[in-house]
Amino acid sequence: MSVTRKDVEHIAKLAKLEFTEEEKETFTHQLNDILAYMEQLNRLDTEKVEPLSHVIELSNVFREDEVKRGLKTEEALKNAPSKNEKFFKVPKVIGDT
Amino acid sequence: MTRQLHPDFEPVIGLEVHAQLLTKSKAFCACSTRFGDEPNSNVCPVCLGMPGVLPILNRNLVEFTIKMGLATHCTIANRSIFARKNYFYPDLPKGYQISQYEEPICTGGFVEIELQDGSRKRIGITRIHMEEDAGKSIHDQGAETLVDVNRCGVPLMEIVSQPDLRSPHEAYQYLFKIKQIVTYLGICDGNMEEGSLRCDANVSVRRKGETRLGTKTELKNLNSFRFVERALEYEIHRQIDLLGHGEHVEQETLLWNADEGIAVPMRSKEEAHDYRYFPDPDLVPVVVTSDWLEEIRTTLPELPTERRDRFLRQYHLPKYDADILTTERPLADYFEEVVRALTPQNDETYKLASNWTMTDVLRVVNTEKIQIADFHISPSRLGEMINLIVDGTISSKIAKDVFEEMLRSKDSPRTIVEKKGLMQVSDEGTIERIVDEVIAKNQNQVEQFKSGKQQVFGYLVGETMKASKGKANPKLVNELLRKKLAHAEET
Ligand SMILES: [Zn+2]
Repeated sequence: MSVTRKDVEHIAKLAKLEFTEEEKETFTHQLNDILAYMEQLNRLDTEKVEPLSHVIELSNVFREDEVKRGLKTEEALKNAPSKNEKFFKVPKVIGDT
Repeated sequence: MTRQLHPDFEPVIGLEVHAQLLTKSKAFCACSTRFGDEPNSNVCPVCLGMPGVLPILNRNLVEFTIKMGLATHCTIANRSIFARKNYFYPDLPKGYQISQYEEPICTGGFVEIELQDGSRKRIGITRIHMEEDAGKSIHDQGAETLVDVNRCGVPLMEIVSQPDLRSPHEAYQYLFKIKQIVTYLGICDGNMEEGSLRCDANVSVRRKGETRLGTKTELKNLNSFRFVERALEYEIHRQIDLLGHGEHVEQETLLWNADEGIAVPMRSKEEAHDYRYFPDPDLVPVVVTSDWLEEIRTTLPELPTERRDRFLRQYHLPKYDADILTTERPLADYFEEVVRALTPQNDETYKLASNWTMTDVLRVVNTEKIQIADFHISPSRLGEMINLIVDGTISSKIAKDVFEEMLRSKDSPRTIVEKKGLMQVSDEGTIERIVDEVIAKNQNQVEQFKSGKQQVFGYLVGETMKASKGKANPKLVNELLRKKLAHAEET
């Protein structure tokens, strides 16, 4: 499996990042190097090993359904680059969720 | 609007229903889920997606979803995990939505819907999983978009059906059944207009007899029961027209525009479907032991179909009555409380209770747009009133007046009857006197009756009832009038 320049552009787009042509070149190489290194793991037989999604053997960590007060609106909006009294403001988005 | 479907084609429909769960707090933080609060007032570092915070799962989100799974005959996974669904949108501060992808909590169930011919059909449920809602963007405010994060993290349950639905009407029936089940379970208020229940549809058509599926489109924004049927009809016709003209259906997402009655393609968001799901490292697996599962199972109420069937068996009601009375749990509860207040309890009084609940109670509830719980006449008071009809204290006709009065006052039906002097007159002597007067006043009609014109009898009964101001016992009026007229004939 190898990463092409097109893959890098795709990933960049999904991550909303913009790269120069040289950077794209560099990242294509670097990502391929990383994958090649990880390929070493494929030498191991994992046929009978369950996939692991967590390193700690913990399950069922719950909270009870109780309401606690969070942040005040002005606190919540404090770090926002753009806001009014009650809302975060973002550049106009057209379209739909 | 309803156009017959082309006989050579059949539609194949699957629905994805999102139900907002009635928890007090959000899915992964303790913020309130209350609807309609001031914007950005129910927020905290977790639902704002601040760096370094940890989500902690709300136990009720799990239990509510398991209830739905049990109610729809799903297999409840012994182990289930959460995943991150990655996409950028301003109303999703974290840049991902916590959802379930592999290993969802419920799989492989079904619900039964009733078809127009009365037969029942099973609609498969592929999966039910837990996830969180996104926030709300307000677009129509000048050059910028406003974002309210209150709804961010509110728990949702997504119910995905198999492509088993074969008409817009079946889709409607299915959605109605889902709404009934979630409201009976008390896990969602089922209000489509307010967005507590949201529906997307996958639609394709194929020639009858074809087993492969056609190219499907996804229809979004079907946010009322009415829209679901209309939008599906529209889309099915559009696809059939395309195929009929030798063209092909484009796989795309369409947005239903209710005002214009058309579905418009969503602005194509390139790579929008590359969500790059991966297990959420912040949330540990949910393990459902058999003990926990049984504990939840014991809390399940009687479900709508079971209750309908019991109403048929236990009260011998017509199917029509049983269907209406069990539409909503509060209405079915109301009816059964009326029944509890009845003496005697038999098929006749059950039917009376059903009639009064279905017609008179529902009429007021619907015209005043109130909830059954807020209806002014408690079920036990209505039961008492029905008892007065059954024991002959009032006539059914007078009962309508008593009912109206009960809407206005808190008095018991008996008090109202006594205060207003609405007691049915069952005293033979009194009725006899009225009958005599009516006969004396209507000699013409009496002559006609004697000459064989039977219909006149009804007129004389009516006159007698009128003269008694509706209070005379109709059965006695009938008897006495017949006797008197027969007597008059002999003389
Ligand atoms: Zn929060």
